[in-house]
Amino acid sequence: MKKTEPKILSKNLLKSPTGIQGFDEITGGGLPTGRPTLVCGGAGCGKTLFGMEFLVRGATQFKEPGVFMSFEETNEELTKNVASLGFDLEDLIRNKKIALDHVHVERSEIEETGEYDLEGLFVRLNYAIDSIGAKRVVLDTIESLFAGLPNQLILRAELRRLFRWLKEKGVTTIITGERGEETLTRQGLEEYVSDCVIMLDHRVNAQTSTRRLRVVKYRGSMHGTNEYPFLIDEAGFSVLPVTSLGLKHIVSNKRISSGITALDAMLEGKGYYRGSTVLVSGTAGVGKTSIAAHFAEAACKRGERVLYFCFEESPNQLMRNMRSIGIKLETWVKKGLLQFQATRPTFYGLEMHLAVTHKIVSVFKPDIVILDPINTFVVGDKDLEVNTMLMRIVDFLKANQITALFTSLTSSQGSLESSDARISSLIDTWLLLRDIELYGERNRGMYVLKSRGMANSSEIREFILTDHGVELREVYIGARGVLTGSARMAQEALEKAEVLSGRQDIELKKRDIERKRKVLEAQIIALQADFESEESEALKTIETRQDALKRLGQDNINMAESRKADNENINISNPKK
Amino acid sequence: MKKKNTKTKSSTAKLDQIVSESARDKYILRLYITGTTNRSVLALTNLKKICEEYLEGRYELEVIDLYQMPNLAKDEQIIAAPTLIKKLPLPFRRIIGDMSNTEKVLLGLDLRKVK
Repeated sequence: MKKTEPKILSKNLLKSPTGIQGFDEITGGGLPTGRPTLVCGGAGCGKTLFGMEFLVRGATQFKEPGVFMSFEETNEELTKNVASLGFDLEDLIRNKKIALDHVHVERSEIEETGEYDLEGLFVRLNYAIDSIGAKRVVLDTIESLFAGLPNQLILRAELRRLFRWLKEKGVTTIITGERGEETLTRQGLEEYVSDCVIMLDHRVNAQTSTRRLRVVKYRGSMHGTNEYPFLIDEAGFSVLPVTSLGLKHIVSNKRISSGITALDAMLEGKGYYRGSTVLVSGTAGVGKTSIAAHFAEAACKRGERVLYFCFEESPNQLMRNMRSIGIKLETWVKKGLLQFQATRPTFYGLEMHLAVTHKIVSVFKPDIVILDPINTFVVGDKDLEVNTMLMRIVDFLKANQITALFTSLTSSQGSLESSDARISSLIDTWLLLRDIELYGERNRGMYVLKSRGMANSSEIREFILTDHGVELREVYIGARGVLTGSARMAQEALEKAEVLSGRQDIELKKRDIERKRKVLEAQIIALQADFESEESEALKTIETRQDALKRLGQDNINMAESRKADNENINISNPKK
Repeated sequence: MKKKNTKTKSSTAKLDQIVSESARDKYILRLYITGTTNRSVLALTNLKKICEEYLEGRYELEVIDLYQMPNLAKDEQIIAAPTLIKKLPLPFRRIIGDMSNTEKVLLGLDLRKVK
């Protein structure tokens, strides 16, 4: 028996890896070696496939040949069915790695005539095991025997003996069983197989189906107890052990551009953090996808790989639409840097989406993942599930250092913030786009609602889609509120006019003063001139008078000389004369 | 048996006719046992007794030990032991158990109708 080291410390219990993606992780190494495991579930849940993959992977990857004993499907049917998963059973049978045995029990052919046992079955199984040296056995679905053989007492005793015998034989066995009404299997096989029980489930909720797997019991081993989603696709079974990855992501301080310069400017001029989760939410037609496309283009220009999940538009439609704003995504698709993944959210269940996301991400290894939009997942009342799914996606992407951008369509009723509140905690940078209706016009506004770890701008910007991409404009914020579009322009024009008229006023005032000053100055000059003329006149008069006085004095002197009067009397008596 | 004959005559399949006619005379039986367990021995004794009594001279019985020829178990779709297979005449029948219930064995061998 091949020894496999289980990851979880369970030294006494050897485990056989199934090779099924994810399953070995949740069981800490696989199924218990040398013991029977019961795989139960309803019709069409993938029991047979689980068993078959266990065998095929065992034969091809772990060098453990296996026997598939089918009680339902014929060998031809089986071979055909699993060929769709890429398993070449015929080749494996030829190389003695797998043996098929179809057990056919026809009730109408059988007549019971007394005591019997199932030694024939034992002989067959033993022969098949020994012929290829099998280490693994699948019995699918042994319960069919209950329909073929009437004596239940014998059958039960023999089944008990069979499982004991298989244990003694040391083969790792999977026994499949149909789910019963109240018991795990219809015939209560869980009574006989008690080492490991795995339940597969296939639930349909709101017309979409989800497959789930649960380890009900695993004696002597730790195991994950949650319900894990799984999917069956062209590569077989994969279980997703991603319920919670914890919060131990490595964080990056690196910043990457959003592709819109003005938006980068709002985020400290550097853009988003690498590995962060960005949400762009808004009402219909506000340009969420355009922001996503910008981001994708910027990343491709840096040479990074972008995975774009579109859930509403086909890639071609999206590329055409983005061309109209000057973003040519097809160039990057051709270069292999951009990959589109377009599916309708209703195409399959949430877990399937998660699984597909997982798978494609691990294959494509992108630096950036865009989900456009995420809210279309919400079909009916599945908020909780959507939430957990997004959490898983976010955790998964963060763990891989992948920057994620989600868009989300919010309903125009109610608060924009509240409609996405449930996922808010998962989001690092949240851009909110909203339309602003004013004066018969609908314009777009954008602001950064939150951005962890950076001093983001708190401004509302007007968001304009032009033929060369998204532009962000300063909006008018004033006494009349936030104005956008033509209202903003009108307001701006109004302001310009006001400024202009103000300037004119000043000019006018200035001129007025100038004029007044000039008037004043002129008056001063006139007054001065008046004064000067008066002054000169006065001076003239004074002069004449003085001349006259002089002359009068001279005359008196002359008269006195002529009269020979006393000198002193002359001067005094003269003016009185 | 007579009734059967008239039926096959009207049928067009030639092979069926041949098979059926030979079947009237001959029973081809195979008994699969597992070693020499009590049940195996009991089944063989019981069967022999019945054959001698009801099919004397017109039966062929082959006893096969599954332990010695385990590959036959798969080819013959055997799960229970002991199993008696009535190859001919048709219809094909499996009679399982130790053959202690003679009535059931006869029913399985379509011998009740004859009686």
